[in-house]
Amino acid sequence: MSFGRFFGRLLQLFPVLLGVGFIVFFMTELTPGDPVEIMLGDTQVTEEQEIALRHDMGLDLPIHERFVKFISNTVTGNFGLSFYHRRPVAEVIGERLPATIELSVVALIFALITSIPLGVMAAIKKNTLLDRVATVGSLFGVSMPGFWFGILLLLLFAVKLQWLPVSGRIGYDVEVPVVTRFLLIDTLLAGSWSGFKDALAHIFLPAITLGLPMAAILTRVTRTSMLEVVNQDYITFAEAKGLRKRVIIFKHALKNALIPTITVAAIETGSLLGGNMIVETIFGWPGLGRLVVESIFIRNYPLVQAAVLFYAVTYVMLNFVADILYTKMNPKVEL
Amino acid sequence: MTLLTNSAEISAEPSPIVRNLKMFARSRLSLVSILVVIGFFLLAILAPFIAPHDPNETDLFLRLLPPFWLEGGDIAYPLGCDALGRDILSRIIYGSRVSIFIGLSVILIATTIGIIAGLAAGFFGGWIDSAISRIVDILLAFPYLIFAIALMAMMGPGLQNILIALAYKEWVIPCRVVRGEVLSARNAEYVEAAKASGASDRYIMVREILPNILSPVIVVSTVRMAHVIILEASLSFLGLGIQPPTASWGSMVADGRVFMLESWWVSTFPGLAILLLVLALNIASQGLRDAFDPKFHD
Repeated sequence: MSFGRFFGRLLQLFPVLLGVGFIVFFMTELTPGDPVEIMLGDTQVTEEQEIALRHDMGLDLPIHERFVKFISNTVTGNFGLSFYHRRPVAEVIGERLPATIELSVVALIFALITSIPLGVMAAIKKNTLLDRVATVGSLFGVSMPGFWFGILLLLLFAVKLQWLPVSGRIGYDVEVPVVTRFLLIDTLLAGSWSGFKDALAHIFLPAITLGLPMAAILTRVTRTSMLEVVNQDYITFAEAKGLRKRVIIFKHALKNALIPTITVAAIETGSLLGGNMIVETIFGWPGLGRLVVESIFIRNYPLVQAAVLFYAVTYVMLNFVADILYTKMNPKVEL
Repeated sequence: MTLLTNSAEISAEPSPIVRNLKMFARSRLSLVSILVVIGFFLLAILAPFIAPHDPNETDLFLRLLPPFWLEGGDIAYPLGCDALGRDILSRIIYGSRVSIFIGLSVILIATTIGIIAGLAAGFFGGWIDSAISRIVDILLAFPYLIFAIALMAMMGPGLQNILIALAYKEWVIPCRVVRGEVLSARNAEYVEAAKASGASDRYIMVREILPNILSPVIVVSTVRMAHVIILEASLSFLGLGIQPPTASWGSMVADGRVFMLESWWVSTFPGLAILLLVLALNIASQGLRDAFDPKFHD
């Protein structure tokens, strides 16, 4: 892909991002009640103080000026104050983000290392028991309500068998020096093998719960595309040349069969973001998803608004990356 | 496809939908799945006649009563009772009303809007298409659950708000399907013929194109209904959807979380109901797709 094309595709993002900002801005307009009253709660203030606060928050401006202000604040990373934490929203979100990213990455790895071998094997051994298990398994995977699956895993592995911890990111007795804020990395950097194992035990169940639907989808995608590739002329040709089956599959077929898998994985990574809210709530994972759910119940709207914006922008970027990857790997496709 | 020349042949040929449905019925798994779905529909409609107890009747003497096959269970309360002593089976039966009502309404609203928008975008093209496509792009930029959670957080819980929050984004999916299909149908011979015979745009869109693109829309609707049901359950699980005491599967799972250790049945059975219905819908939609797609007909 030429640079010009890449740049053109990048430019197309702007109207979408502006539209996203527009919707998020108007979401808060739907809120019943007055934001100032919600913010003050039971605090007693004089009328002058209330007017001053309204002015500080920019709520006395007409709506279009507020929108412009909202966009310019967003671009400069100023999302206002979190009422509850009495600190800037951006700071609070930044603190919770590493836990969420760590969980999502481990879930993504789980999904990839289970789905690709399973999908490939199912395609090679089409119509065998293994193929049927993979197909039925992926149907269950997409149909499973995540919150229920997580609770069942908790019940079995954490409560009944007590193999794994019930909640949190790491045991209270483990001390980790903060470097990257990703505990799996920080524990290793500190040379604490037991700490690493503890962090791994904590992330195990949430990551499986979060990654399951993605693993199910990717298994299906891999199987389908592998079947398509295996029937291509060049594979038949390689077979006719007398190449060994394993060489054909791993050297020739897999490389091409994985193109759709990688593309779908990039898109589905965006859906992991949504699943985070549920999974983090069930497993007491101190990430952004749980923060958002908690913030909703204490009506901490600036935080919810900023988080939704953050999720949407991340999602758009991931889709952009998926598009670019797809074009890069598949020169036939033009943007 | 063969070109039909005389009218006798035309009347002998069954309509594509009928032929496809026959194809669908040939697969046993698809048939079972559609029966499960119909079973849940009946459960929802006939809930007051089927449910053994009032779903909201509390009895603290029955608190966390186990299912009948466990020690201390009572056959009158086959799946046991929850923390307020409410019959779990009756609540699951009534809960099917919420899931199915929301699943069906959201899909009906979204598909209607999606068909209109998709037909307009695909048929007229130009600025209408650009405008609709931009809105679609923007709505697609939000992860679904986050969008729904945010809307529910702002609007407050309740049945009507769930419908709005989910339909708000859901219509985008049928819209994209319809637009794509219309684009490829726009230059088909039958459309050209209708145009040449002086049919109005509306007639061509509604009477000529729409019946021909309905199959993929039906397939997508079934699979999306499964999605919508999980989304509603997720919202209710988080406490943002259906409010107590109304029974909804998602909130029932949430109710049981606290008692998981000693009373696993409170959360397990409603979750199983969600899994069963969603699984059946997914299998049915796969069967429909295989039946409707000419690629699979051999």
